[in-house]
Amino acid sequence: MAIWLTEDSKVIVQGMTGSEGMKHTRKMLAAGTKIVGGVNPRKAGTTVDVDGTELPVFASVAEAMGQTGADVTVIFVPPAHTKSAVLEAIDAGIGLAVVITEGVPVHDTAEFWAHAVATGNKTRIIGPNCPGIASPGKSNAGIIPASISGSGRIGLVSKSGTLTYQMMYELSDIGFTTAVGIGGDPIIGTTHIDALAAFQEDPETEAIVMIGEIGGDAEERAALYIKEHVTKPVVAYIAGFTAPEGKTMGHAGAIISGSSGTADAKKVALEAVGVKVGKTPSETARLMREVIESL
Amino acid sequence: MDLYEYQGRELFERHGLPVLSGDVATTPEEARAIAEKLGVGVVVKAQVKVGGRGKAGGVKLAADPAEAQARATDILGMDIKGHTVHKVMVTTTAQIEEEYYFSYLLDRANRTFLCIASVAGGMEIETVAHDAPEKVAKVAIDASKGVDLALAREIVALAQFPAEVADQVADIAVKLWAAFVAEDATLVEVNPLAKLDDGRVLLLDAKVTFDANADFRQAGHEAYEDKSAVDPLEQAAKAKDLNYVKLDGSVGIIGNGAGLVMSTLDVVSYAGEEFGGVKPANFLDIGGGASAEVMADSLEIVMSDADVKSIFVNVFGGITACDAVANGIVSALQLLHDRGEDVTKPLVVRLDGNNAEEGRRILDTANHPLVQRVDTMDGAARKAAELAAAGV
Repeated sequence: MAIWLTEDSKVIVQGMTGSEGMKHTRKMLAAGTKIVGGVNPRKAGTTVDVDGTELPVFASVAEAMGQTGADVTVIFVPPAHTKSAVLEAIDAGIGLAVVITEGVPVHDTAEFWAHAVATGNKTRIIGPNCPGIASPGKSNAGIIPASISGSGRIGLVSKSGTLTYQMMYELSDIGFTTAVGIGGDPIIGTTHIDALAAFQEDPETEAIVMIGEIGGDAEERAALYIKEHVTKPVVAYIAGFTAPEGKTMGHAGAIISGSSGTADAKKVALEAVGVKVGKTPSETARLMREVIESL
Repeated sequence: MDLYEYQGRELFERHGLPVLSGDVATTPEEARAIAEKLGVGVVVKAQVKVGGRGKAGGVKLAADPAEAQARATDILGMDIKGHTVHKVMVTTTAQIEEEYYFSYLLDRANRTFLCIASVAGGMEIETVAHDAPEKVAKVAIDASKGVDLALAREIVALAQFPAEVADQVADIAVKLWAAFVAEDATLVEVNPLAKLDDGRVLLLDAKVTFDANADFRQAGHEAYEDKSAVDPLEQAAKAKDLNYVKLDGSVGIIGNGAGLVMSTLDVVSYAGEEFGGVKPANFLDIGGGASAEVMADSLEIVMSDADVKSIFVNVFGGITACDAVANGIVSALQLLHDRGEDVTKPLVVRLDGNNAEEGRRILDTANHPLVQRVDTMDGAARKAAELAAAGV
């Protein structure tokens, strides 16, 4: 099993014909993802040849879903158009929208999130500004390199792309059910808690690694959730212990404001509920290895 | 980006919100000229992005233009909590009867925006919320609906604003929301929102933060940037589109991915404890693709930092393959040499992930005298810290 993305997922790509969209459509296909088409109103009705696979281009998400039965969309459109792309996906009622685009204005994200809530949360949104979701050996929706790790017993949820890759690499001999990169923006669709809940329910996930970073209090809230609802072992890593206050560290959401959002506060909250927190990525991987060996 | 108070005042004025008349001055003479134009008693306020200006002596009343000039002379150049005062705002004075609080801000936890309003203004809202939570109204704003007059009236009622100011505050609430959206702000905070002796309600302070992600559609925002206050290295990095933050240590850091670079800062700081407290000199995220050009630009910025004694290049090959990164480093060093840059600081390079073996082989073959290869993040951090300590 995997969460949210399986070998049966039928994936479309919004922004497939752009350079990033095309590059990663190629990689997703190579990773075994069932990509059934792309969306671009200006090129609707044409097909695109991707390494020998003919992919149809549709005018809208709704049309793509009607024609192909697509249930996942991966969004690569530029920041200025991301809001309308996500709103379209929500209105079409697709089950999962993975928003890769970096640099989306937070007012736009707030608006499409509000729309998703108002229409009954029929679409799970991952991102924006995220590497996407990978269920190794089954399907890959986003830009997580499929070659890093195969399938296995660990579930991973992370705010950071490269730290996701690093962790998957260090634990590639054990492998992953699903890795979810939720993104580092101040407002994101899928949270640590959503992923923790799904991994807790997934019979094949035996342990969970959670990667956080400075800014906000998502990790603290995740700690409370773990205490109440998660019985599987959780190991965590937090980046940004030595980051200065008031400076945005690359990710729009990675900023310590006053005393809130510090890595220390997150570590304390997680350790208080029995989560082992590694001091470095390597130590975190070692802690996870110990957990898996003890199962 | 956080605005200065004078910029916030001007922004509010532009959006039709009631503020005191005034302008900003960088010299005492300019302050005098503004006071002359206003023609009444004025208040001279230090413009620094830190609280507690009043207590530090950075806010003074002046009865006439000559006094305004004298007060500006006192305040300009003053140090307030480590911030030097380069500008003062000169405005008309106001006889305040009551002080309120009003703000719109990003509510990360609830993934929406929040309005906070209180009739107890003029002090830290956190203090009010702690001591008298019943005096603080918090209202979640639906981002797809915004704040109309009906919701504004609800907020006014919930916060228990007095009846005689209710209409004015509701009008301000609607206009302030419009400004918040139009400017792609993540915070607009007014403290105090004041009722004057003549019954008018005015916005007497302004804290505004812009969302940098919206810069592409906010062409006017660049003008708000205070170039003089930005670190020259940060400015040079920004001109090259690099994601760079200057820090106060001696180990230059270059990595790919915001999370990995934050993690690198931590690991270097831990390793630095062993060498007398060596710390990172900067944050620099080169992003997913590490071309020779980007690597050269990054190395140039970091090498030009006089505080830097050693450089740690920490790359995990995900989308980018390590052989491409290794070639990038080798050609970047050559490129810098060709540009006539001073290439003398030792580099510790850690490559892991996609095509790491090939990347390491490329570095070994190039055998550059400044480059040392260490294959684990922790080990490389330790080596870089050691080199920085030795280079002091």
